[in-house]
Amino acid sequence: MSRFVERHPAWALIAIIAVAVALWLIFAVWPPGLEEAVGRKRVFLNAVFNGITLGGLYFLVASGFTLIFGLMRNVNLAHGSLYLFGGYVGYAISTATGSWVLSFIVAFILTALVGVLLQVIVFRRMEGQDLRQTMVTIGLSIVFADLMLWACGGDFYQVQTPNWLIGPVELPLITAIKSSGEPVYLRYPMVRLVIFAASVIIGVAMWLALNRTRIGMIIRAGVDDRDILAATGVRIQLVFVLVFAFGAGLAGIAGVVGGTFQSLSPGEDIRFLLASLVVVIVGGMGSIPGAALGALIIGLAEQLGSVYIPTYAIVVTFLIMVLVLAIRPQGLLARR
Amino acid sequence: MSLAQDARVAARPATMAQRAARTWPEINNPAAWVVAVILLIMPLIANGFFLIEIFASTLILGTMALSLMFLAGYGGMVSLMQLTIAGFSAYMVAVFGISGNANISLGWPWWLAVPMALALATAFGTLGGALAVRTEGIYTIMITLAIGAAFYYFTNQNWAIFNGHTGINTVATPHFWGVNWRADIPFYYVVLAVAALCYFAVEYLSRAPFGLALQGVRDNPRRMAALGFNVNAHRIAAYAFASFVAALAGVLQVWNYRQISPGSVSVGACIDVLIIAVVGGITRPIGPFIGALIFVLLRTFALDFLVRLGLDGNRFRLLIGLGFLAIVFWSSDGVIGLWQRWRQSQRRPAANQPGRGRGHG
Repeated sequence: MSRFVERHPAWALIAIIAVAVALWLIFAVWPPGLEEAVGRKRVFLNAVFNGITLGGLYFLVASGFTLIFGLMRNVNLAHGSLYLFGGYVGYAISTATGSWVLSFIVAFILTALVGVLLQVIVFRRMEGQDLRQTMVTIGLSIVFADLMLWACGGDFYQVQTPNWLIGPVELPLITAIKSSGEPVYLRYPMVRLVIFAASVIIGVAMWLALNRTRIGMIIRAGVDDRDILAATGVRIQLVFVLVFAFGAGLAGIAGVVGGTFQSLSPGEDIRFLLASLVVVIVGGMGSIPGAALGALIIGLAEQLGSVYIPTYAIVVTFLIMVLVLAIRPQGLLARR
Repeated sequence: MSLAQDARVAARPATMAQRAARTWPEINNPAAWVVAVILLIMPLIANGFFLIEIFASTLILGTMALSLMFLAGYGGMVSLMQLTIAGFSAYMVAVFGISGNANISLGWPWWLAVPMALALATAFGTLGGALAVRTEGIYTIMITLAIGAAFYYFTNQNWAIFNGHTGINTVATPHFWGVNWRADIPFYYVVLAVAALCYFAVEYLSRAPFGLALQGVRDNPRRMAALGFNVNAHRIAAYAFASFVAALAGVLQVWNYRQISPGSVSVGACIDVLIIAVVGGITRPIGPFIGALIFVLLRTFALDFLVRLGLDGNRFRLLIGLGFLAIVFWSSDGVIGLWQRWRQSQRRPAANQPGRGRGHG
């Protein structure tokens, strides 16, 4: 951090000012002039919170994608299908047993199994042929999409939120002051906050696992140089299978989360595949912190965009990607 | 990178190409003449449905896939935005020309609207290409896919120019010299002429200095840069040419259906173009047309075929996906590669047996 400040003092200053403005916008009571110009503070705060929580969801999808890419150089374009598969499994489990938590566990295990099968049956046979693997994942995503359409139909499904998470919670953030002088606090859906907290915990756990454990050390070494790692006697195929299973399982969990937040239907697979593509392009391929930063930026841009410039929300996301590609083609937090 | 590697083998007979550089390879090939004659007299053989729904559609889709084949086969850049460029050009024809949505269309005559659409779509594709060449290999796929998706969502949300998800309907088609060029037979010949033009242009470019330099860039960008070639300029120029081809196909597409909507530029459709090119084979310009014929035949008849087998007729995409997977698994050069391998095995049946399971190791 301090090295960044030393090397780019101007950028650091701009970043600090931007963070300060953002904090002021979130915590201060807006003066009437600003409310007239921009709109109600409640709307803004809701958009920010929606953006951050959506960013959490994007992070869950994109981190698996970026982990698999980083280690195996495999652009898994069937990642969206794994997301949707996890969502459908979660829906089936939660309607059958009524347990929300159980649906996460089963979705994780089943999508991880699919991931293991994919790695063992398909990708191991064509190791090192990036383009061909990508083609295969495109084919797989078409087949999966049609199989899921066959099995589940074109309806919308929504995973039932458990009772203990239904309802809003009052946050200590003032949205406005009533004429009587009484402050109005922001009310926000509990379930979204819980899910966001969970995705932060998963992200931190992943970071710790990657940087503090032996298996994490192996994975980081594999990202840097796969061949030398294999030559040192590490059973790299096993590591590949584990990482693919974990990345796929994360996509499955994200599917249940997405099914609770929004809804599940054919086409969501492509939407989330694209979201994770943009997130990892912005954040940097193969980097977990990059995925987190990219997810936050894209989530916020999408939600703020849909509130303030509704027609062109998607273009804002795209412009961010173009800007990153133009300035830093390897992504914001990529090392190379 | 196996796709590019096999392309290298196909382009290997350099000594022959040098001697025969001035002639077209088709001239000495009787099969090419037969195909050309059949295509020319097609209106005598096929009725309106087959002529337009099968053969004109094949040629249009084949031209789009041809632009991808040019980029992927000669430039080593797999671009998923070729359909997006075609769709953009189709939209521009509808916006500048005459259509049922009078509040959007500017009502220009077709001979003004079409060059405008071609120019804008080529500029669009070149810009996208300039963005995509900043990265390599699989990154190109992702970036072009993201561009395609962004365009799809944009057309869905923009009502001022693209008319949202309803799109633009009843687009006017050209009518001059007393001929309605959208009537079945004239339209077939227009499509055939454009497709043939693009085919021979790609064929010619692949042997012109530019195309050879592009193939050099595909095989070893670093060495080409050391030789003094501007690698990125060659790549962007390739994108510009491919965009023009795709834009031509887009114009034909909008004249064919007389309407354009976001559904025609969806992500699935972008991927279809890749499937067509890969199934047909991306090392030679004829590949995309073969792939397009297979795709269109499947799209049209899979329903009847599946129902006759007692299966659910809606599983057309499953069939396409499985076929694509099989092709990618067993032949890196699509149907052409299978055909060539079969021909070789016919030629020397004994020597081939051990080499069968070699794959791509």
